Amino acid sequence: MDLSAIIIEPGFFSNQPVQTALVVSAITAVVSAVVGVFTVIRGQSFAGHAFSDIGGAGASGAVLVGAQPLLGFVTLNVAAAGVMEMIGIRRARGRDLATGIVLGVALGFSALFLFLATTYTSTSGATVSILFGSLFTVAPSLIPVVAVLGAFVMALIAILYRPLLLTSIDYELAAVRGVPIRLVGIGYLIALALAVSLSSITIGAILSTALLVGPPATALRLTKRTGTAIAVASAVGVAAAWLGILISYDTASWSADGNGWPVSFCIVAVVFVFYVSASFPSRLGHRVRGHHQEPVKSLEPS
Amino acid sequence: MTGETRASEDADVLVIKDASVVLAGRTILDRVSFTVAPGSFTGLIGSNGAGKTTLLKTILGLVKPTSGTVSIGGAAGPRRDPIVGYVPQKIALEPDAPLRARDLIGLGLDGHRYGMTRPSARRRNLIDEILAAVNATRFADRRVGRLSGGEQQRVMIAHALISRPRLLLLDEPLANLDIGSSHEVVELLRRIATDQGIAIVLTAHDMNPLLHAMDRIVYIARGRAVSGTTAEVVRTETLSELYGYHVEVIHAAGRVLVAAGEAGEGKNARTPPAPPDSQVG
Repeated sequence: MDLSAIIIEPGFFSNQPVQTALVVSAITAVVSAVVGVFTVIRGQSFAGHAFSDIGGAGASGAVLVGAQPLLGFVTLNVAAAGVMEMIGIRRARGRDLATGIVLGVALGFSALFLFLATTYTSTSGATVSILFGSLFTVAPSLIPVVAVLGAFVMALIAILYRPLLLTSIDYELAAVRGVPIRLVGIGYLIALALAVSLSSITIGAILSTALLVGPPATALRLTKRTGTAIAVASAVGVAAAWLGILISYDTASWSADGNGWPVSFCIVAVVFVFYVSASFPSRLGHRVRGHHQEPVKSLEPS
Repeated sequence: MTGETRASEDADVLVIKDASVVLAGRTILDRVSFTVAPGSFTGLIGSNGAGKTTLLKTILGLVKPTSGTVSIGGAAGPRRDPIVGYVPQKIALEPDAPLRARDLIGLGLDGHRYGMTRPSARRRNLIDEILAAVNATRFADRRVGRLSGGEQQRVMIAHALISRPRLLLLDEPLANLDIGSSHEVVELLRRIATDQGIAIVLTAHDMNPLLHAMDRIVYIARGRAVSGTTAEVVRTETLSELYGYHVEVIHAAGRVLVAAGEAGEGKNARTPPAPPDSQVG
């Protein structure tokens, strides 16, 4: 009884912002993990970073005109998904300079909009909340919106599951089998755009890719099956989010002035700890068992 | 050089007639014609830039011929299985990607369908069968990204075979393999052609590892092609005519070497593209 009171500070579960944070972060973590496993398999974490920059500009603009940041994230990211599909995400990645400039301009607009918003409207704190997140200030009324968006993304991924894997092996192979590769590509980019948007309201635009890439990267170290990887990544994501919220809440209770560590930092830190912990057993396994368990490529007789 | 009679043409699994491909004003393929019989082994041989890849894409239906025809099938009646199986040159999967060899092979069965995989005993048996057929059972449960080039090649062949195609197309299957794995892959493909009656068509820049396996060779240079048996095609006269300048076909130590001679007529003839196999390994 005493021990649990030390680990979980009193009032944690009855606190309304905490309740909202737990629900929103859980949905976000699962959606990010599911999309993230495919992002890692397809080698498209770059697109995730692009969305976090572009979405930041959208959310900042939304704050400026008095709209919900989530609306800004979603609108601009889905639009960006369309543009990326049009020019080809692979080609965009190859054009480092042009892509870098476009993403830089997006961040520049974030700076402009946030400056205007904090200067001329009464939205001080917008800068930190857009870029670094403020999970405890998410309005409970946003939960249904987050749930619907999350369900949509999950349904999209469930439908595209096999063609997504086939196109990640080889585009032309998928085309020969009659997969509409452009349709599948845009479907996946929209799922990614929405996942980054949800992640952005949870831990901020800049940190959003941590939830997208971190839990799947952890899962990949623990399993070699796609389905299991998705399940493990989801569990790791939710655990990291909830532990992060708990740590943030506890640190606030411990400090004299009531200011705890930022919840975004706590979540990202836990994600990192999970990732590093998952790396150790597999390293050890290699050294002890050598060849028998998934040998590294250089040890292979070629 | 398509000397086939009409009767045998009907049974051919692939018939290419005068196919030309012009891309952005450049003629990539110039009136290419050849046929592929069921269960035969055909090598599309040529150096880089000769038009091999475009020819392969034309057969796959990814590039439409500007003129001429490409017809695939031969057998009458509708088939539910795809006619063409395709093995890309290499796959770029992350080493850590959570996809086992058997999962990738399973995608050959139903990867083009929407929704998630439903495991079943029948599906598992099919995958096990094909794993044994390509001698890949040993690494069936390993991650595809961590397999060697030769192992990945066998897994991709299994992926293509599991949908029971009549024609198996492979893009440079020997390009990234050492001599040992290269020999194994050729033997495997030869066996598939003979035992299962599946026609094999593959591209290669070096014909030597394929000499004993090929039923027919389609030699491609400068967008033009000449086909026949190796004895018919790989001759100084035939290839010189194809290249448009003198090349010498040299047989040495069981290998064939195509060496560029002096550029024939015309001083303004540009430096000829190096013929394949101009270096003996």
